[in-house]
Amino acid sequence: MHTELELTTAPEVPIEAECLSPAKIKGLSQSGIEHLVMMHGNRKVRVGDFFRVTGNGQSSLRLEGDLSRVKYIGAGMKEGEVRVNGSAGMHLGAGMSGGVIRVSGDASDWVGPEMSGGRIEVMGDAGHMVGSAYRGQRVGIMGGEILIHGNVKNELGSAMRRGLIAVGGQAGDFVGVNMRAGTIVVMGGMGIRAGAGMVRGSIISFEPVELLPTFTYSCWLRPTFLRFYLCHLGQSGFEIDDDHMGGRYRRYCGDSVEENRGEILVFDSR
Amino acid sequence: MAENGTELRIKGGKVYDPANGIDGEVRDVLVRDGRIVDKVSGKARTFDAHGMVVMPGGVDIHCHIAGPKVNLSRKLQPEDHRLDVHPATDVTRSGVGGVTPSTFATGYRYATLGYTAAFDAAVPPLAARHVIEEFHDTPVIDKGFYVLLGNNMFLYDLLKQGRKQDFKDAIAWWVTAARAAGVKLVNAGSDEFWKGRRNENVTDVNEEIDPFDLTPLQATAAFIEAVDELNLPHPTHIHCNNLGHSGNVQTTLDTMKSAEGHRAHIAHIQFHSYAGEPGKRVQTGSEAIIDYINNNENITTDIGMVMFGKATAMTADAPLTWMLRFKDTKWVNADTECESGCGVMPFEYQDTNYTHTMQWAIGLELFLLSQDPWRVMFSTDHPNGASFRTYPRLIRLLMDRGFRSEMMGRVNQKAIKNCLLPQLDREYTLSEIAIITRAAPARALGLVNKGHLGVGADADITIYTDDENRERMFNAPRYVIKAGKPIIEDHEFVDDHIGRFLHTEPEHDPAIEDQIRPFFEDYYSIQFNNYRVDASYLHDHEVIPLRNSGNKKKGNK
Repeated sequence: MHTELELTTAPEVPIEAECLSPAKIKGLSQSGIEHLVMMHGNRKVRVGDFFRVTGNGQSSLRLEGDLSRVKYIGAGMKEGEVRVNGSAGMHLGAGMSGGVIRVSGDASDWVGPEMSGGRIEVMGDAGHMVGSAYRGQRVGIMGGEILIHGNVKNELGSAMRRGLIAVGGQAGDFVGVNMRAGTIVVMGGMGIRAGAGMVRGSIISFEPVELLPTFTYSCWLRPTFLRFYLCHLGQSGFEIDDDHMGGRYRRYCGDSVEENRGEILVFDSR
Repeated sequence: MAENGTELRIKGGKVYDPANGIDGEVRDVLVRDGRIVDKVSGKARTFDAHGMVVMPGGVDIHCHIAGPKVNLSRKLQPEDHRLDVHPATDVTRSGVGGVTPSTFATGYRYATLGYTAAFDAAVPPLAARHVIEEFHDTPVIDKGFYVLLGNNMFLYDLLKQGRKQDFKDAIAWWVTAARAAGVKLVNAGSDEFWKGRRNENVTDVNEEIDPFDLTPLQATAAFIEAVDELNLPHPTHIHCNNLGHSGNVQTTLDTMKSAEGHRAHIAHIQFHSYAGEPGKRVQTGSEAIIDYINNNENITTDIGMVMFGKATAMTADAPLTWMLRFKDTKWVNADTECESGCGVMPFEYQDTNYTHTMQWAIGLELFLLSQDPWRVMFSTDHPNGASFRTYPRLIRLLMDRGFRSEMMGRVNQKAIKNCLLPQLDREYTLSEIAIITRAAPARALGLVNKGHLGVGADADITIYTDDENRERMFNAPRYVIKAGKPIIEDHEFVDDHIGRFLHTEPEHDPAIEDQIRPFFEDYYSIQFNNYRVDASYLHDHEVIPLRNSGNKKKGNK
């Protein structure tokens, strides 16, 4: 059983809907959900003003419609499931520590900031700052998985500390900037300045990468850990071919302006 | 300002008004038209203060709450604001908090601690206009600032040439032009080393500053003498050289001695009371420092206490922040033309850290060894030692021996073994707290109508629920009355208030301007005519009278 919310009125300005998360609706009646408060611009509105609600509050929430102007879906969730049939707005799953969010369309900027656990899957594209630290913060996501099947824009996983971010398509500039640790896999190529300021952690690219001069070639290898990761991603719906699974990767270490303990693995050959 | 005819009777509270010798006496405080009076009509609104503590509003003699440096810190720490939103109420405006709150939140948060006046301690003349504009948006409290002159190249040139009278006139001109309430020196002479010799600093106050043929100590002494002779209401406000370095006790003592009997105010002296070898671990130097202060009545000081938690180093002492910065910290260093430098760096004091614990302990030691609360005042050098929001906790540490020893048990034990704090069991009384947070700062600043509740005083009044837990008590006054207008009632804001701008106007020969103008046109990036802060920037303001000048000038309304 799940609770279904269908967007019936398109918002003129973004809605901040921290209440659209299983913990906030669980146990509420249908009218209880309709009366939850969201911010529409600088005005308070009710969920019922914009959504048609079907069913009581369950730990599984299904959202229908173009929610690209609905922010903070699944923010702070600890368990349960949110499924968005359509697109999702900014700050999707902000601060989540458990549970699953699945988006069938695109997601906007700031997917999963301050995440510490759980999983976010986006079948389409996502915006800038996916899995990144909020401005000013020294450390970004502390765990969990963010899986984007399409493309993402700049600063993927900035300052991330732990966890896995995978991108099926292309990534913009500054992948893993200021990264502390964790793993980023990008399958469709990435922009310039990948790993700038990274301290530790691994960035894996299936396509050639234009590297910063502060990264140096160290060796080639067939990393065992990567097979496990790629198997896991294969099971999650990514298409991984055998070449990448068992292939040779060139290892570059950096960023030497930091501790030089990070690595960028670039697929080389079978 | 309260409308004419507004009358209040604060009935039956225990009044602590040390300036008038009232120590916990149960009596009424009467208010009319924003002032304390001795009689009100039967129509006066009555506040029942039975069992409560009534004090004048707090006066913060040294903090950093406005201007470019505070803005740098605000911009540098978005994470700090995001997690501390200050919502609007029906009568007050919104803002964000953190260590350096936005202007509105700064005013309201001072008010919720019972403070009704605060003085920004470091404003370069070029930034004065910006500061006054921010002050206009810093509600409830009255405010003023000290103008930074301690590294002013023009003034140093005058000193080099021995032109004493011109030097005095120039100081007076700058105070008047910037609309300051006092003169501030920060690490005098250091900017020349810092800017001219690449990242160097003054280490010996008796070493000559290259182009000027005089030592930092001579420069400091000249300022102290000139400011005293100008009869400024507040003496020279001095941030000594070698802040934060082990073994800086001697520098601080030398600086105080250089005053030669003239009035001088040593700022955040905790940071200047470190014994030990330079470059080695900090030892406590509080005894030597406080002995000198106890025995020399020309010196006043504020402590600049440290409290564990988030802080932000924010100072005109640029080399200091350069020294403190470490890998991965954000920091800003800035140069203010021919006047000053600046450094800003977020910082966290940790109770597990030896040095931080030592700093915390030295601040308390200085207070507990002080014999004259009228000359040793309360401050954290907000936000350098701690945010002003830690004041209630620090007050409790001074007033509650049990709380102090409990806290000593939780901090770095090596530091506790090396300091004097465990041997000190003095507890501050409410009257002494009223002196160090209110009466003494007002007196040191020459604010004759503040810091007390005598007839004629400004009706800036705080009423606290008497509570054994002094932290809880000072954290939330039940009522705050500003200029005769109730601002907080039963812990809730009931009204807003802009607050007044306080500055002073020393007498001087206006001909000095003709000397400054050519220098200015040669070396500054803005026009001389745009430098002086004109009267259109002064909102509700008041000129603090010069010492011994008798009649009080009043500002416009």
